[in-house]
Amino acid sequence: MNRRVYDFWVGLFVILGVAALAFLALRVSNVSNGGTKPTYRVTAAFDNIGGLKARAPIKSAGVLVGRVAGIHLDSTTYRAVVDLDIEQGYQFSRDTSAEILTSGILGDQYIGLEAGGDETMLKSGDRITLTSSAVVLEKLISQFMFSKAAENPSQAQPAP
Amino acid sequence: MLDWLEKRVRRLGEPVVNTMEKLGFGFRFLMAVLWHSGTSFRRPGLVIREVFFTGVLSLVIILVSGLFVGMVLGLQGYDTLVRFGASEALGVLVSLSLLRELGPVVAGLLFASRAGSAITAEIGMMKATEQLAAMEMMAVNPVARVVAPRFWAGVLSMPILAALFSAMGILGGYVVGVVLIGVDAGTFWSQMQAQVDLFNDVGNGLVKSVVFGVAVSIIAVFEGFDAPPTAEGVSGATTRTVVTSSLVILGLDFILTAFMFRGI
Repeated sequence: MNRRVYDFWVGLFVILGVAALAFLALRVSNVSNGGTKPTYRVTAAFDNIGGLKARAPIKSAGVLVGRVAGIHLDSTTYRAVVDLDIEQGYQFSRDTSAEILTSGILGDQYIGLEAGGDETMLKSGDRITLTSSAVVLEKLISQFMFSKAAENPSQAQPAP
Repeated sequence: MLDWLEKRVRRLGEPVVNTMEKLGFGFRFLMAVLWHSGTSFRRPGLVIREVFFTGVLSLVIILVSGLFVGMVLGLQGYDTLVRFGASEALGVLVSLSLLRELGPVVAGLLFASRAGSAITAEIGMMKATEQLAAMEMMAVNPVARVVAPRFWAGVLSMPILAALFSAMGILGGYVVGVVLIGVDAGTFWSQMQAQVDLFNDVGNGLVKSVVFGVAVSIIAVFEGFDAPPTAEGVSGATTRTVVTSSLVILGLDFILTAFMFRGI
């Protein structure tokens, strides 16, 4: 075989490889996850973030509007401070409330934003003050058990 | 008694010293290959010819294996996921397993046994029939003329083969999951796109395949160059190429995975 045959087949091989990579990049993975859209950053402090992780989605009315950039602990108040990167195209009022929700019963946790009525909008560096923490399943169960235990003794043990 | 003890200790020390010596030689050989790579880039024809033999001729086995691995993942994944009522996550399972692990690793193992062994046998036979010595007589550096093009061809082919393996596997998973079993096509692709990240999953898989390509190629050319110039020596070197590169691929995969996917 001569040079031209090799060149042809190797060219075809490289084209196939590039096509496979393009397929993986465009069809299989989500390119927009790369975060090319401009964002602004606000913070929110929570008492308990549960299992929230960096890069978790931020949704408003179920629509993805941004991603969690980072999480750290405020060493004076001992609350979790979450940095939120929200897309520039979505503006929220100053009294927007943030809560930590779970998608499905075992799904990942995400931040839900609920817009308020204030006319001034959140801008970069602002802090969301109205927050509600993640529901921790163990606490919920123990609360339920204690309330059951509290009401049961009166019924289970009739007065002698 | 002391004699006996000395013999035991010496028997322990000998393989250690030999291994260290071989490792050192192998590393210096890698440096030599890199140093003499200029010829490969000045005469790309040399590399293209080797890409044909290592890459293009490995296409069939890679594509067919990828398709079947993907189809098996589709069947097994569906069987497990349907117990949890999560069969719509089939696309995520198939694509993440292939992109992160199976694509680079299985393609690397197949590449080592299909192309690595051939490279070792070829260079070993060249040495046994004194073609390498003849080149040196003519002031042609065999490392630059024979070894480096094969090394670079392997490094170039491996990521392409791994990407093709993953792509074929995902298509295989699609065929089994959507066409045969009847998972909804829309959720199959949309769940996959929502969960698979371009940099974390596709990118890291690509990095893995490049690393495996370098490892397999250098082991293959080194074993060929180092082979005793006899029929037995060449056969032993070919075996060692497949065994060593398989172990190195699996070991490196563990190390790379530990660094890449520690869970953010």
